[in-house]
Amino acid sequence: MLDTSYTVETPEGIDLQAQAAGPVPRILAYAVDLFYRTLIVVALWVGLMLAGLNTAGWGLWLVGSFLLEWFYPVVFEVLRNGQTPGKQAFGLAVVNANLTPVSWSASLLRNLLRFADFLPFAYGIGLVSMTLSGQFRRLGDMAADTVVIYRAAQGARTSLPELPACVPPRGLDAEDQRAIISLTERHRDLSEARQQELAGLLEPVTGKTGANALQFLRGIGLWLLGAR
Amino acid sequence: MKQRDFEAGHEAGWLELEAALRTDGGRVADLPARYRQVCQQLAVATERQYTRDLLERLNRLVMAAHQRIYRRRPLQKSAWVGYVLAGFPRAVRAQARAVWLATALFLLPALVLGLGCYLDDSLVYTLLPPEQVATFESMYDPAGRTPGRERGAESDLYMFGFYIKNNIGIAFRTFAAGLLFGIGSIFFLVFNGVYIGAVAGHLTRIGFGSTFYPFVIGHGAFELTAIALSGAAGLCLGQALIDPGGRTRTAALRRAAASAMQIMYGTFLMLVIAAFLEAFWSSGQSLPAGLKLATGATLWALVLGYLAFAGRGEGRSEP
Repeated sequence: MLDTSYTVETPEGIDLQAQAAGPVPRILAYAVDLFYRTLIVVALWVGLMLAGLNTAGWGLWLVGSFLLEWFYPVVFEVLRNGQTPGKQAFGLAVVNANLTPVSWSASLLRNLLRFADFLPFAYGIGLVSMTLSGQFRRLGDMAADTVVIYRAAQGARTSLPELPACVPPRGLDAEDQRAIISLTERHRDLSEARQQELAGLLEPVTGKTGANALQFLRGIGLWLLGAR
Repeated sequence: MKQRDFEAGHEAGWLELEAALRTDGGRVADLPARYRQVCQQLAVATERQYTRDLLERLNRLVMAAHQRIYRRRPLQKSAWVGYVLAGFPRAVRAQARAVWLATALFLLPALVLGLGCYLDDSLVYTLLPPEQVATFESMYDPAGRTPGRERGAESDLYMFGFYIKNNIGIAFRTFAAGLLFGIGSIFFLVFNGVYIGAVAGHLTRIGFGSTFYPFVIGHGAFELTAIALSGAAGLCLGQALIDPGGRTRTAALRRAAASAMQIMYGTFLMLVIAAFLEAFWSSGQSLPAGLKLATGATLWALVLGYLAFAGRGEGRSEP
């Protein structure tokens, strides 16, 4: 079953839901980070050369590139809510497996072990591990007990159609009600023709067709949501 | 209760909490109480099968509050002091088996190849390309002006950067490669042992020992020990995968990784010290070789003594 959703029960007895992020967005995020890192390394080099520090400048540059190579992800992940700039660009975030913010030790570990995931070349082992493990975890994620999830942006609130509510017929069970409410809620997402077609399926029950049927169902949906 | 009434009743609270959580780092008044409130509302909404939109919004809100509540504590200074004084050597001793094994994997090839290259002058050329051997020879030639490397104060800084990037990178890789059932760590340990042993044996054979040993003995105390320790940390990871005991491999790996990291923090510190010594002390030319040897021997005694004895006896409170 291809299901990326990932549920954790909190001490408050709530099931928190998150979506684990797969290899493709993570590779893209990595590419963005690699670009930024390269940019910083080059900028550092230009800056040091302009400052006229030749041999000593190279020393500082080596220290800088060492720090970027190993600690760039760690600093961002811990201080910026699990998001390096690349991850932020793709709406990803690293969290501990219990969905709490990632800690220093976990972030350090997963980024030190990046080297093992990189082997034999181009993150070969990491990709295999991501494919085989439940929540797309590379080896570093497993050892540090972290997951990369989608940090959902705040979606726009759905608007409801502006219609008079209709009294629903008797005998609608919970599932029917949910189906009608979903249809009402998604009035912007599906084409009008498709919605009319869907509403038309209920013609034997409602006795209406086309725009009328759709309007009737939307009216019921509004009623079920609480409009009067 | 209809969803619309439910939403109308709580909307103001949600908006307020959403706004408060959006500001980074600010304190949210009454956060725990409000978090529990949203948790309860999410549970109610789920139970009443309200629409997907509302459930997702509440889930998002709960998650944001959860992240805020369980956010990390700032690092504490006392924890670091405790780690350096006792935590690190204890972590090393706790993995004594892996440490001895890593030391052997590093030291034995070094001794064998060192002796081999000392006795047979062609052996070194089967291991290293001739240009590299020539570079080493010119670096430690007693007739040369500068034992170690040719440089002034400027190039000291350059070499510092080089040692940081190169040596610490090697240590980190040696550790990480342990994840491949320990094979990677073993490879790096043996490889470095062979390399260092061959160079030392060859230089001794051609009589450059009088410049070579005073140069390497000081930082070697930290550097060689740290390489062996990072290998030991890597072997811990491999051991957990090969023989997880009564746990699943993932669980065993997690436990092993936690204790291995306790070794790696200290290894990192040791390598920074080694880079400092190697760049600014070992290369100093004004000091007599005898003084350097004596200082180096003292450093070895201090490092080994520290790892063997620091943090013994006192309260066993784990950091």
